[in-house]
Amino acid sequence: MRVTVLYFAAARERAGRSSEVLELPEGATVALALEAACAAHPALRPLLDKLRFAVDQSFSPASTALREGSELALIPPVSGGVELAAAAGCESPAAGAARGRA
Amino acid sequence: VSHRIGPEPLDVSAPLREVEGPDCGAVVSFTGVVRASNRGKQVVALDYEAYPEMALKVFAQIEQAAAARWPGTRIAIHHRVGHCAPGVVSVVIAAASPHRADAFDACRMAIEQLKADAPIWKHEKYPDGSEWVGMGS
Repeated sequence: MRVTVLYFAAARERAGRSSEVLELPEGATVALALEAACAAHPALRPLLDKLRFAVDQSFSPASTALREGSELALIPPVSGGVELAAAAGCESPAAGAARGRA
Repeated sequence: VSHRIGPEPLDVSAPLREVEGPDCGAVVSFTGVVRASNRGKQVVALDYEAYPEMALKVFAQIEQAAAARWPGTRIAIHHRVGHCAPGVVSVVIAAASPHRADAFDACRMAIEQLKADAPIWKHEKYPDGSEWVGMGS
């Protein structure tokens, strides 16, 4: 099956492209797609621990199964995370639950 | 209410017009401006990169979360992307609520949630180099 991978910011620079289509086995997970992406672009590998993933524009853990035509985005740390700890009462359930590791 | 993300200069009053109405006695807005320094370094420009389709979804989720937590609250989020010099407005959020306490709280939640979850990245330019913000360097 074919999956579109989107690379942004530091991930885009390390992959040397902003998107590509990967051919993956049926039932492949985000984690498997990441392996394929890192095999093709080894400079991505040191970033893996910092990335979040989005499947079809929703944050998703690395165990998420992909489908034909899925859009997988590699999401490097976003710009404002640093000051968040100080913001009382502003929990971020999506961020916590989806911060999967490859 | 419509959210926006794009390279056009922001009109700071546009999000307020989106959310205001006679059912809301309070409208609060937040304006984010590109700062000329960060972590002790002079910043000569910021390049914002975004995943715009997902960013708009995140903005809509923020709006829905605010309406669920503070009934009657409306939120509009307008974000700029691309090359921005210091002093340029990069984000404007407006929150309207029946009463002011909720409008202030909703606006604060919205900017913090945006900073945590919106897929928008800053590439900081210094006099002697550049880097992606948040990469831990």
